[in-house]
Amino acid sequence: MSSPAPKSPEQSDKSKKYDRQLRLWGDHGQKLVENSKVCLINATALGTEILKSLVLPGIGSFTIVDGEKITEEDLGSNFFLENDSLGMSRAQVATQSLLELNPDVRGDYIDESPEHVMSHTQDFFSNFSVVVATALPEKVLIPLSRHLWDSNVPLVVCRSIGFLGYIRLQIKEHTVIEGHPDNENPDLRLDKPWPALKEHLDSINVATLDPKARSHVPPIIIVPCQKPERRKTFLRRMIRESPIPDESGVKVLEENFEEAIHYVNTCVSPIRIPPNVQAILDDDSCFAFLGHVLALRELVQAEEALPVRGSLPDMAADTETSSGTGGAGVQEGFANSEDLGMTEDAISENEVKLVCKHASELHVIRGKCIADEYQHTNLDLSSYLEDPDSLMFYYVILRGLERFISEFNTYPGQLDDHVEPDVLKLKSIIGKLMSEWSCSHQLRDERVHEVCRYGGCGIALGFSDFGWLCSSRGY
Amino acid sequence: MVDPAPAESTQKRWGHLKKVLERPGPFSHPEFEPSSEILDFIMTSCKILVIGAGGLGCELLKDLALMGFKQIHVIDMDTIDLSNLNRQFLFRHKDIGSSKAEIAAAFINKRISGCQVTPHYCKIQDYDEGFYRQFHIIVCGLDSIVARRWINSMLVSMLNYEDGVLDQQTVIPLVDGGTEGFKGNARVILPGMSACIDCTLDLYPPQVNYPLCTIANTPRLPEHCIEYVKIIQWPKENPFNMSLDGDDSQHISWIYEKSLERSLQFNIPGVTYRLVQGVVKHIIPAVASTNAVIAGVCATEVFKIATSCCIPMNNYMVFNDVDGIYTYTYEAEKKDTCLVCSQVPQVLEINDPYKMKLKQLIQLLTESALYQMKSPGLTTVIDGKNKTLYMSMIKSIEERTRDNLNKTLVELGLKDGQEILVADVTSPCTLVFSLKFLINDVDMK
Repeated sequence: MSSPAPKSPEQSDKSKKYDRQLRLWGDHGQKLVENSKVCLINATALGTEILKSLVLPGIGSFTIVDGEKITEEDLGSNFFLENDSLGMSRAQVATQSLLELNPDVRGDYIDESPEHVMSHTQDFFSNFSVVVATALPEKVLIPLSRHLWDSNVPLVVCRSIGFLGYIRLQIKEHTVIEGHPDNENPDLRLDKPWPALKEHLDSINVATLDPKARSHVPPIIIVPCQKPERRKTFLRRMIRESPIPDESGVKVLEENFEEAIHYVNTCVSPIRIPPNVQAILDDDSCFAFLGHVLALRELVQAEEALPVRGSLPDMAADTETSSGTGGAGVQEGFANSEDLGMTEDAISENEVKLVCKHASELHVIRGKCIADEYQHTNLDLSSYLEDPDSLMFYYVILRGLERFISEFNTYPGQLDDHVEPDVLKLKSIIGKLMSEWSCSHQLRDERVHEVCRYGGCGIALGFSDFGWLCSSRGY
Repeated sequence: MVDPAPAESTQKRWGHLKKVLERPGPFSHPEFEPSSEILDFIMTSCKILVIGAGGLGCELLKDLALMGFKQIHVIDMDTIDLSNLNRQFLFRHKDIGSSKAEIAAAFINKRISGCQVTPHYCKIQDYDEGFYRQFHIIVCGLDSIVARRWINSMLVSMLNYEDGVLDQQTVIPLVDGGTEGFKGNARVILPGMSACIDCTLDLYPPQVNYPLCTIANTPRLPEHCIEYVKIIQWPKENPFNMSLDGDDSQHISWIYEKSLERSLQFNIPGVTYRLVQGVVKHIIPAVASTNAVIAGVCATEVFKIATSCCIPMNNYMVFNDVDGIYTYTYEAEKKDTCLVCSQVPQVLEINDPYKMKLKQLIQLLTESALYQMKSPGLTTVIDGKNKTLYMSMIKSIEERTRDNLNKTLVELGLKDGQEILVADVTSPCTLVFSLKFLINDVDMK
């Protein structure tokens, strides 16, 4: 009896709606997105644009903290504020129109200033997966930054002004297991084959195979199945000419041999542990996935290699041979992964498989505390500022801009008749900052002038936020 | 004289724009003269065409409307699908099945008072140059290379040259954006003056085509199984008595079930419903954020070109936020022999006209990275008479000319220097190629 024909799975509306993004980060990534809680401080045009790019792909929930009332200039730049909402709470109106974008997302708002919320509700901001702050003055930013740093909540700070803008990410430690790399080097342990693979390699003798069978040998093992001492000669001959002439005596290189040349570097050279992973293994400081790392370290000490990933590159071969090779790899890989699971009962089998599969993609990002940087006085920027190709002058100008806003409670050049005097004020603020950093460099006046021309205008530039990107890839 | 009512451009609402338009700046265009008239121009006379009302199109309309543009037209032939809602933020569940252009235009007009977006629910090919000539700037948010090439070619064909000198009045700037997952690009094209779409045709990756023998005999990838069912099994079994429709879930299910069956037979893991859909419909992954970034850049360029308040991008930006954020801008170069904008006659070099068959000539036009045509139709003039060599688009002509495919160029009566007129979906105009025989001993024997 033949087995019943396979049936199509029912496609849920949700997987249809999110289809185009699921192709990027998969169901697991989507689950992480859906579990995230995002806080937006200040529903400026930039702020609502960021939230829009998070609500559409389906974060779990958001909260807007903003005590401002809607002005005419808000209406001119913020798409999520309706015409008839002049004078109303900016947090409320923005929340309502953002919620319309995706019924799967929950959202609420607090019609109070962030300072007020911070001083009245302790730990309010530390309940989120990420906090996004736009147009936040230094004097509020610094305590917020310190608080979130201590509570280990990522903070994204951004501001846009005219044709300029910046994004700052403050994150203590961010760990990635599923890196979704664009290109993967095949990891098939061909440099150190395990017994079953070694046996398989030894059983193939390219020279004695008939032409059809020969053209079906998987390219990645053409070189490795030669005895190690003969590989160099074999390869040299293969590159110059086909090693074996066909029946009519013509020496042509078959497709799989062509590919074998292409794969030489990735297959024969020893598989090394990538530097990003080695750094993690060598590091004893606290990790979100410490358990995995300890187990992985033990395995690496025993095997001198990471677990086999268990996937194959595509190559010219017949179906049977290629699935045979793959099958062996996957089984062996998971046999390894069982060793790994033994050392840490708290980790589920699925997690172990995940870590093994992505062991070479493990990544840790560690950031700095923004408050530390702002209060630090010995930044050494001279070498950057003297380099004509460096864009560090933007950093200096933007820091000057933030200082200006904190001191004068307005943007430089906000009013038409203040442009010239504000250029002077901003220049002197930048001068002060530079001397705090003991930096003698002079910035070009026109760069300062250009910022004052903008006068704090918000131009409808689409801004995206990569905080969610990290959350989708994170652990 | 009666004082006119205060112009909308004086309203406080537009204060943001007034700052960059009414103040001088050290980095503005040399010809920029700050004035309140610029905002008036944007609001009353400047006409913009947005091509595509999808992921980029929705963003572009929002950005342009907030930048003060009021005379905006949008053209899109598509209707709204559930899978659009993760990024095309002007559409709601209730809009599924309606025209993208119409819903998007209505939303913008409602949200931004005074804005007049005019929708066109049709193909770009439905309009002629009379339509396109009315716009000051055209901005594209397309997912189709053919459509990009078509509008690019249209704008080039509208250029006027006097004694070989380009009349700059006839140049309509084209701003083009594109995205794929976390990657995107934006570019500014001044037709006839800077690199056009066809100048950089080789930037587009070649389409993945699996060899037929692999698909039929030695499949190794789940894609091979799906292609087999799509290319071989579907036409043979014709389960629904119609051609395959990627938007019909019954069709996709049929392909999925047959592909899975085949993959089990060959022991190939990885055939999923999602993959089947992706392969059949050539789906490009898409997210809201990348579209927002690219559309933001494109809209800013439109604003800069329209106002001269800053110097436009020169001329091609790539963006990638797969891993951190990376952007790079460079100057794509105008190609001296560009198929579309060079004004240089195209020469096809033929090694041996006694051997080369017409089908190989057509293959050259479709497969060469230089031409990348889709289904070129070829005509020529022999002894003063028009002769259709081959044309696949019209059934009766195809049948009548099919036999020519296997004839050599000499058998068809083509000579060295012969001009061949080629029509293809990638251009609204007929392109002229002249044949150059490298073995030049073709005389009528």
